[in-house]
Formats: sequence, C-alpha cells, structure tokens
Amino acid sequence: MVLADFLILGAVLFGLSVAGIFINRKNVIILLMAIELMLLAVNMNFIAFSHFLGDISGQVFVFFILTVAAAESAIGLAILVVLFRNRHTINVEELDSMKG
Amino acid sequence: MSFERLVFYTFAAILVYAATRVITVRNPVHAALHLVLAFFTCAGLWLLLEAEFLAITLVLVYVGAVMVLFLFVVMMLDINLASLKAGFVRYLPVGATVAALMLLEMILVLKSKGFDAASMPPPVRHAADYSNTRELGSVLYTDYVYPFEIAAVILVVAIIAAIALTLRKRGESKMQNPAEQVKVRREDRVRLVKMAAETRKPAESED
Repeated sequence: MVLADFLILGAVLFGLSVAGIFINRKNVIILLMAIELMLLAVNMNFIAFSHFLGDISGQVFVFFILTVAAAESAIGLAILVVLFRNRHTINVEELDSMKG
Repeated sequence: MSFERLVFYTFAAILVYAATRVITVRNPVHAALHLVLAFFTCAGLWLLLEAEFLAITLVLVYVGAVMVLFLFVVMMLDINLASLKAGFVRYLPVGATVAALMLLEMILVLKSKGFDAASMPPPVRHAADYSNTRELGSVLYTDYVYPFEIAAVILVVAIIAAIALTLRKRGESKMQNPAEQVKVRREDRVRLVKMAAETRKPAESED
C-alpha cells in the first residue's frame, strides 16, 4: 500500500459525505452524521500522513479532532432535542422563522 | 497480493459501502448503525497504519459514546420520515456532481509525482515491543500540554452546555433549594417551651 491509496480512500469518504449533505438536506440528524463522516475522512488523511512521514504529531492532531468532534456532536444533539421539543419538527425547510 | 493489501481493500470496500448506506438509507436508526460500521472499519484501517491508541479510542469514544448518543436522540424524536425524504431524488444529481468533481480533483492531485511509492516509500514496521500509546503520551504531555488542557476545558464546556440546553423545569419535580437550606435560622427549626415541672405520682403497687 502506498500513501495515495489511503488518501484516495479519504477523498472517497469525503465526497460521499458531501453528497450526503446535498441529498439529505432536510434531515438534521443525517446532516450531523455526514459531518461525522467528513471528520473521519480528514482523520484518515492525518493518520496516513503521520504513518508515512514517521511523525507522531499527526496522531496528536487526530486526538484533538476526536475531542472537539465529540463535544460538537453532544452540543449539536442537545440543540436538536430542544429544537424538536419547541417546534415538533427537524425539517430544515420548516425552520425558517428567522427569515425576513 | 500481500495479506496487508487484501485487508486494506476489504476494509476500504466495507467502509465505502457503509458510508454510502449512511447517506442513502431511509431510516435514521439504520443510518446510525451503518455509521457505527464505518467507524469500526476505519478503526481497523488505523490499526493497519500503526495508530493503535487512536483506533481503540475511535471504538471506545465514537462507537461507545457518541453513536449511542445519536441512537438515543434518533429514537427519542418522533420524526415524520416521509416529509424528510421528499427532495431526495431532486438533489441527487447536484450532490453526485459535486462529490464526483471533488473526488476527481483529489485523484488528479494524488496521482501526481509527489505521492507515488517512489517518493513516499512505506516506512519500516516498528518492532513488536513498540508502544504507540507511550509514544503519543510522551508528546501529548510535553509539547502539546496546553492544547491538551484546552481540550479538557472544551469537554467541560460541552458537558455544561448540553445539560443546560436540555434541562427543563417541570412543575411536579421535587428538588432541594440550597439557598433556602443555607439561610435557615435556629428559630425556624427549634422552639423552646416553658412549662411547669411535672411531679411523678407515687407508684401504685403493681404486683
């Protein structure tokens, strides 16, 4: 295996999650999952570079990305729960009350 | 084809399949379960890249905590699935085009000279007694100690924010009020009464 194999796999994952954001643009839960997939693709690139360059710093960066992503999804899901409690929907197209 | 290559292609195929299912499946519970499969497979690939600590962390933190949280939320919300999936076919061409373009650009970059096997050869494997966790820890607690502390603070902020957002006051719930408890005075609790001393009557013979 060469470095490009892992990077192309990361690119495929990233492209899939971008497509997921486009085609599931009404469902906030799937949008959050697509963001998690994007972060996974980025982490894959970091670890591949860390391995092939023999530098542990890439893994430290992945460690921090995992931490921030966990915090992000916890707060995102909490917002989602509050949103559903108040509006009884998670459809993005119905959440336009701020629109002028 | 070496065994390593076989493992890589198998895991990559499973990963791409799981990611595709995450974005196309109708039921969010199934999407979350396929995301679990994707994380698990990715952890396997990271093991192949000798990032053992992060692979275990991915399984423990993501599969064990974050995805369980996702499943809780998905199952708690009573969602109308039909209306959420309405624009699926309409947005599919746009999404597929953008994704294909991005992938094409990435592959064009990655197939250039800088990333082939000659300029970036696979490194030699570490010995069996090499500890990835120790290596990571020795960097994390020296060079990256301030970012590490900030990461801890971010987690605390996330805990407090998540609780503060979802906490709601309900009429029937009973809870203590510490302020009221602290400012209580002795007079509120203890009452001294004055009364005449009672004298005991001489005991009558019982037996």
